Formats: sequence, structure tokens, C-alpha cells
Amino acid sequence: MISLTSPVETRAHHWPAGLKLGLLSLVTFGLFFVDSVIFHGLFLAFVAVLYALPGTVFFKNGWKHLKILWPFVFIVVVWHLFTDELPLGLTVAFRMMSAVGMANLVTMTTRLSDMIDVVHWLTRPLRKLGFNPRVLELSIALVIRMTPVLVSKGQKLTLAWRARSTRRSGWRIILPFTVLALDDADHVAEALKARGGLTNQENQERK
Amino acid sequence: MEKNIAYIALFAALVAALGLIPKITLGFGVPITAQGLGIMLCGTILGAKRGALAVLLLLLLVAIGLPLLAGGRGGLGLFFGVTGGFLIGWPISAYVTGLIVEKWRTGSIVLVSAIASVIGGIFVVYLFGIVGMAIVLEKTFFEAAALMVAFIPGDIIKVIIAAFLTGAIAKARPASLLSRQVKATS
Repeated sequence: MISLTSPVETRAHHWPAGLKLGLLSLVTFGLFFVDSVIFHGLFLAFVAVLYALPGTVFFKNGWKHLKILWPFVFIVVVWHLFTDELPLGLTVAFRMMSAVGMANLVTMTTRLSDMIDVVHWLTRPLRKLGFNPRVLELSIALVIRMTPVLVSKGQKLTLAWRARSTRRSGWRIILPFTVLALDDADHVAEALKARGGLTNQENQERK
Repeated sequence: MEKNIAYIALFAALVAALGLIPKITLGFGVPITAQGLGIMLCGTILGAKRGALAVLLLLLLVAIGLPLLAGGRGGLGLFFGVTGGFLIGWPISAYVTGLIVEKWRTGSIVLVSAIASVIGGIFVVYLFGIVGMAIVLEKTFFEAAALMVAFIPGDIIKVIIAAFLTGAIAKARPASLLSRQVKATS
């Protein structure tokens, strides 16, 4: 499975993931306390510079991820044109683009394994409450493994439908698709049990 | 234990896979994706706790950068933009939907699932989504709510599909309908 981490290596790839996430939360939180349109314009320009620094490929890649924002930017600006509050509209639009842009930067410059380490660290307090971190790690691995499997089963169902009908399958394949997923879940559960199960492993570790 | 984990993980994967079904565009240009349907199914089939956990697991993977949401989207940006409120509402939506199906055992599964999906899958999601939009866009609650009106027909279609699917699953795989099991399997 492809993660959204940028293949273009940047200096930020080597910074600790926890630091990046902490900074992101702080700065985003801070942005909501400033109302000056000039500040937000400058800040957005600063975020754009951050995107441009690693080169054109990185910039274009980042641009692609931010495309989903355009409809909202459009709505906000048009709305405030009508209510005659354009500066407020621009502030909201700039702030939204900066916040999403920075969050996306963290995603692009942090490897999946580093992120999983942060998750591991964040769940440490839960361990004292009896939470088994293995369960979470196994679940993450299962989703990453099973999503492509389910996608390919879904494609096969669609092909089977197309071989028999000229109409598009649409939602009709969701039922067989869900049944397939449920059967897979039963098989995975049996396989896990057959390999000693999760509770067993835990007990063995304690001994 | 193993069954719970396998079901939670497989449903997270199922919702991700549903994101790849080409979106249907309603007559007036509003796209509907099957992922919202997946969230409803998490509740109606897995029940409150497992349903919410499956959605949380999916969101965790999205947050750490996997492109699992509709159209190959993912990453932290989604939580900071206009969509953030909706994503936060998703696990709560699955929980509420599941809780209603779990508690209301006398009615027909199709009808109960439909009502549970309306309350959990529409009201709860819209509530969180609208509050999120109101904060990010600096609008009042009702102004943000006005932006959502166009999505209601699509979501009603999803409720109907979710209800019939749950009814069909109850017949095809009764043992898999964890929300209606007498005792939680362990």
C-alpha cells in the first residue's frame, strides 16, 4: 500500500515525528487567535515557501493534496462577497489553507513507521489500564493487509457483474462484498486462534 | 477476542475499500460516496463498541498518512479542514447507530437499522460536521447547516441501502450480526 509520505527526501523527514505533530497542533491552535487578514496572508505565503523549498516535484505533489480545499475556499469567498465582509472571508480562507497545508506537510515528511512509533508512545499510558499494545499493532497490520485484498475482491465482483449485465453494478455489489468481508473476518479470526491467539501470547509473556 | 479484532480490522478495511467504489453523482451535482454507508454498517452490524472501534482504527490509519478515505485521500490535513468535524463525528455515529440496534431488539432488523442509521448516521454526523464547519468557516451553526442541505437526499439513499443490507446480512450470515448477538462473543 502506498502511503502519502513524499518520496522526495527533505530535511524534515529526519525530524522527530512527535515534535512535528506537537508543533502542528500548537501553531494551528494559535492561528485561531489571530484575526488580521495581513498576518494570515503572510503566513499562507510562508507555508507556500515551505512547500517550494524541497523543489518542484514536492511542490506539485503537495498542491495535488490541497485541491480538495478549492470548493470550500470558493464558497467562503463568494459568501463574504455577498455579505460585504471580504477581509473576514479572506482570513477564514487563508487560515483554513494554512492549517490544512501544514498538516499535509507533516504527513508528507513523516514516514509511516515513525508515525506508528508515535502511536505506540501515545498509547503507553493505556497499557497501565490493561490495554494490550499488541492488539493495536496487529489491528493496524490487518487493515493495511486486508484493504488491498478487499479492493481486489470488489473489483472481481464488479467484473463478474459486468460480464453478465450491460448496466453498472453500483450499490448492488455492496451486499456480496460485505458478505465476503464477513467471511474473511471469520477466517482471519480462526487463523489467529489456530496460531495461539492473542490472549495466549499475552499470558506467555507474563510468565 | 480474536473474532472481535478480526471483525474490527476487516470492517475498517471494508470502509476503506468502499471509498473506491466510484461515487454516484445525484441529479443536481452532489456526489455521494459509499463510505458514509460503511460507517452506518459498522454500527448496524458490529454494534456500538466494536463499530466505533473499527471507525477509530480507520481514522488512526488515515491520520498517520494512509490514503484510505474516498478518492485516495488521507493524512492529517483532513482533520484540520472543513471535513474535520465529520471525521470526529464518525466513531460516535457508529456507536450511536450500534447502540440503538443493540438495545432495540423487538423490531424488524430492517426497520430498526433504518431508524438507527438516520439518528446515528445522519443526525450525529451532521451535528459534529456542522459544528466543525462553523468553527473553521467562522459561520453560525445554522449558516453552516444550510450548506449541508444538498447532502440529505444522498444520505437518505444510504440509510435505505444500509437498512436493507443489514436485513440481508441477518439472513445470509446471522452469526456475523454481532449487534444482535445474545452475548458478546469473546
